[in-house]
Amino acid sequence: MSVERLPGIYDCDIHPAVRSMADLEPWLERRWIEHFRTYGAIRNQHYMSGAAYHKSQPNASRRDAWPPEGGPQGSSLEFMRTQHLDQNGIGFGILNPLVSSQGVRNLEHSAALCRAINHWQAEQWVAGEPRLHASIVVPYEDPETSADEIRHWAGDRRFVQVLLLSRTSMPPGNKRYWPIYAAAAEAGLPVGIHAFGNSGWPVTSSGWPSFYMDEMVGHAQTSQSGLVSLVIEGVFERWPELKLVLIESGFTWAPSLLWRLDREFDILRSEVPHLKLKPSDYIRRNVWWTSQPMDEPENKRMLGDIFAWLGWDRIMFSSDYPHWDFDDPTRVIMFPATDEQRRQFFVDNARGVYGTR
Amino acid sequence: MARRIVAPVSEFAPGTRRRIDVDGRGIVVFNVKGEYFALLDKCPHNGGSLAQGVVTGLLQSTTPGDYSYTRQGEIIRCPWHGWEFDIKTGRSFCTGIHARARPYPVTVEPGSAVAEGPYRAETIPVRIEEDYVVVDA
Repeated sequence: MSVERLPGIYDCDIHPAVRSMADLEPWLERRWIEHFRTYGAIRNQHYMSGAAYHKSQPNASRRDAWPPEGGPQGSSLEFMRTQHLDQNGIGFGILNPLVSSQGVRNLEHSAALCRAINHWQAEQWVAGEPRLHASIVVPYEDPETSADEIRHWAGDRRFVQVLLLSRTSMPPGNKRYWPIYAAAAEAGLPVGIHAFGNSGWPVTSSGWPSFYMDEMVGHAQTSQSGLVSLVIEGVFERWPELKLVLIESGFTWAPSLLWRLDREFDILRSEVPHLKLKPSDYIRRNVWWTSQPMDEPENKRMLGDIFAWLGWDRIMFSSDYPHWDFDDPTRVIMFPATDEQRRQFFVDNARGVYGTR
Repeated sequence: MARRIVAPVSEFAPGTRRRIDVDGRGIVVFNVKGEYFALLDKCPHNGGSLAQGVVTGLLQSTTPGDYSYTRQGEIIRCPWHGWEFDIKTGRSFCTGIHARARPYPVTVEPGSAVAEGPYRAETIPVRIEEDYVVVDA
């Protein structure tokens, strides 16, 4: 089955951008508008503005994605429709805004920005385009306020998941963050953890690397340690219905991680008596991965082995539009796959996780 | 292959590029220091439009701490994933890619030659006193 003949691809990672932070002002109290204009939004990283690692393309985005009416890539709904949703046959797209908010050190400011971003998504993007669906952006370093934010939007069908970033100040399975998982489970919303964020710690567990390439590869490492934490701390034992989606941090590492976790569990299970299942059982029950950026081994058939080991029911297509490392849906499955497997990957898995809405 | 007039030489400056459509195929033509080269406007990696990429040079290193930066203005970098290709040959400098960007022959011909036959019907204004850049795509 070719991509063109699918009924509407589910794209699990689309990034809408603000033209400037002033776009959020309609949903910010005067106090925070003036705060931002005067002091900015101080992120949990080195005291500097912008990203610690300069990106390889402007705004980390495709150079052919500048909207004709101006503004940064990803800031025009009309252009996103024509260049991405229409052209690539996207029937269901999930917005993951990476607008500076979640890692802001002033937690009250962080919460205000998150609330504004959620209004902005719902009213500027989803209201005008039924193919798009929003993520509840939460100030995750303040888990109680995050849970309030989830409850505020729970039941609003414009929102289909709770969005966290992968760099948290403590490992994400830590009990500190449990109010977020409790609220998401209660609302029946998946938790998506997207690569990036500002934790206050170096971006790799070996310290601050010298190159952007280190950072790019490091997303897989961060995602692995986050997943290990969520499993071992017992988050999936406590909330068996919770769905977790790991976004933009690879998946080819997952089979070996599952093997290693199960081996250690056999030996060390007395240390973690709260775990009733093997780690891989939790992961195969509760966790999904998005595909982009798809690894590109010289022999593409090796990817088919990874899909088989991890399960075709676990991996969901994502494009990362409009970012520079965008994956084109017609160029992702470049190895033998059945019609049923393609359908799972492009449609059915995400429909199961996010619902039809 | 079809013959297409790209532009008069006098309007196609060094360092600039033109994208034309030939029977549904996008072709990007570059003026590299007075020489003309054309590539299929579709990156062989994932299909990005090379016409919208950055023209750069060839940065190479024989050993850490040593580098050479040569051939400035002769390398096109894809606007998506940054794969780099030699504008003159379409050859990739990235080791993981075997396909090269498809090159097409480009010539400069006198206006008296290109104004003959069906090319007169092209929307490009034809002034036969000048030279034209012509692509066989």
